[in-house]
Amino acid sequence: MARGLTPSQTVGPFFSFGLVEESSSNVVPAGTEGVIQISGTVFDGAGAPIPDAMVEIWQADADGVYRSDFGWGRSGTEDGGRYTFTTMKPGAVQGDNGTLQAPHVIVMVFARGLLKQAVTRMYFPDEESANAADPFLTAIGNPEAVARLVALPAGAGYRFDIRMQGDGETPFFAW
Amino acid sequence: MEVQDEQLQRTDGAEAGETDGADHPPYLHPNYVATRLRAPEQPLILLPGALANSSGPVFGHGTVEELDHDLTRQHDGEPQGQRIIVSGQVLDDDGRPVRDSLIEIWQANAAGRYRHKVDQHPAPLDPNFTGAGRCMTDADGRYKFITVKPGSYPWENHENAWRPAHIHFSVFGRAFVDRLVTQMYFPDDPLFDYDPIYQSVRDPKARERMISSFDLSTTVPQWALGFHFDIVVGRANATPMVH
Repeated sequence: MARGLTPSQTVGPFFSFGLVEESSSNVVPAGTEGVIQISGTVFDGAGAPIPDAMVEIWQADADGVYRSDFGWGRSGTEDGGRYTFTTMKPGAVQGDNGTLQAPHVIVMVFARGLLKQAVTRMYFPDEESANAADPFLTAIGNPEAVARLVALPAGAGYRFDIRMQGDGETPFFAW
Repeated sequence: MEVQDEQLQRTDGAEAGETDGADHPPYLHPNYVATRLRAPEQPLILLPGALANSSGPVFGHGTVEELDHDLTRQHDGEPQGQRIIVSGQVLDDDGRPVRDSLIEIWQANAAGRYRHKVDQHPAPLDPNFTGAGRCMTDADGRYKFITVKPGSYPWENHENAWRPAHIHFSVFGRAFVDRLVTQMYFPDDPLFDYDPIYQSVRDPKARERMISSFDLSTTVPQWALGFHFDIVVGRANATPMVH
């Protein structure tokens, strides 16, 4: 690599007035047909909710296509560590070498105390056979770690809690 | 807590199962106390190539309004403080400009106070300063903000802790792996040696890439000082990719 990267630094505690707008958590407008809600709580290593985190998601559309003009959202966690997105369930994504990735949402966490983002992938509980063949999940192998990447059904959507460390730590990916 | 423990700074990353190169800080930097309960502890899952292939969101120029880059013109009057122009280029690690890319900034006012309900620093708010801006890079990856120089402010990390003056930057770049949130610092800040967030970057050369430089060529006579800050985005993981 020719040039050194600009290092990452924490987003700090005071980002919300600059970064978080209510509308940015709507990947699609509420009321869109087939809309789902994805929400969850971000916890620290002591099991306490983190109320000053920012969660960003990036996902494919319903046909499983990552499009530059669709699929990004951002939510704060000021509501007791809880983030919420209004979105559509993505389709399965065509991967390299003919592999098919199970429907998933890429999740990034930023927070005071996080010197760089933590990156994970959320999977869907109603996609058991697709999940079993997903190249990411099969590469992880460990069934307990895999289970922590699968959201829980919750009302009109899914619940995906994120544990930064300690018991039940969410598996995070190098990127 | 003492923050000048070089030994600690050099070794803490290795203990956390880090896979990154030296450009980015480790998740766990114990001198920055808030990392202790928030840093992931398990080794990161390394899937060569898999995430790098992911594209990223593209924000249209319609996302940004004409004056969003000028933080001195968002209110009826002018904010207090030293007016500055911050400009530079967003580049990838091969030196190619990253064009049409969203940059967001946020900062404290000239007195070192953020417009945020949690900030209790007893310094005055400025009714004419919000401290948030955004812009798109142009065809050459260039950007420009007009703002005031933020003040330093105290925080509770350790006794008599003060952050060096900084502007927060959020950059998307072109691809998922380009996503970067960082802080731009100012030249010759006496607080660098005492700041565990700045010091969390282990490589001194990488650290210095977060410091802007004074730029006489963008300084406007009788009006504002110029500072130059280039941002290099790209793949964080130094491990060679396997295809």
